[in-house]
Amino acid sequence: MLIIDCPWCGKRPEIEFRYGGEAHIARPADPSALTDQEWADFLYSRTNPKGLHAERWRHIHGCGRYFNAVRDTVSDFFVVTYKAGEARPDIGGDK
Amino acid sequence: MLERSMPTPVAANPLDALAASSRPVEAARLTALGPAARLAFRGREAAISPAGDAFGVALPREACRSHQAEGRFALWLGPDEWLLIVPGAEPAPIFAAIEAATAGMPRSLVDVSARSVGIEIAGAKAAFVLNQGCPLDLSLDAFPVGMCTRTVFHKAEIVLVRLAPDIFHIDVWRSFAPYVWELLEEGRRELA
Repeated sequence: MLIIDCPWCGKRPEIEFRYGGEAHIARPADPSALTDQEWADFLYSRTNPKGLHAERWRHIHGCGRYFNAVRDTVSDFFVVTYKAGEARPDIGGDK
Repeated sequence: MLERSMPTPVAANPLDALAASSRPVEAARLTALGPAARLAFRGREAAISPAGDAFGVALPREACRSHQAEGRFALWLGPDEWLLIVPGAEPAPIFAAIEAATAGMPRSLVDVSARSVGIEIAGAKAAFVLNQGCPLDLSLDAFPVGMCTRTVFHKAEIVLVRLAPDIFHIDVWRSFAPYVWELLEEGRRELA
């Protein structure tokens, strides 16, 4: 079973977690100032890299907290996990 | 006009019938626990220690740890979330005490006494039976006495606490309780 390291609870089995999509996507401060294209990009456009990907996970059957993880989308290997609100660790890959 | 009275939601334990017909297994004894006061407390930093003072047990700040004193249990569920359990007690006075002590502070306090029921599994094979459906490492190194966490048992979410090396308490949502109980029974069928 895939083990995910929750920044709060430590190493836990994958089935306690839910995927939360790409991380570090800030909601525009003033959505009404955006064009339709810019708003659509915010809503739907994702980087979808082959390789290291920063993404949100939620420890839903544990502490319930969202956190961020950098995962290799090729090997499914979790390189690092860190608390929500912290900057993406500088470990290469697409930003 | 028909007179209708509201049914009391906490009157019946959904495990009553199952527990009555349960087979005794010394290595993994199953017990349906009686009613308890349960409060879900969430709060910002300022409210945490006053809430613990009012409850009578300091709220644990270390992840996945529980504190207990005089029959009161404070379980860490998240960095700002605790489950407070007092077996056999009325929730109202405890609720009022914590609410008064944290008045005006950013916090949330909810009486969830009727939401879940408790199950005790005790005996030398208790961890073995739990591991039939719970993927956590329940060795004493990884899951010491006093550790508590929300986790899963088969498809149901449970709160698991280790009170002694071979005593675990499970807190499970009321409607999932028969499911968890019967799978625990299934897990201990192979034991004498």
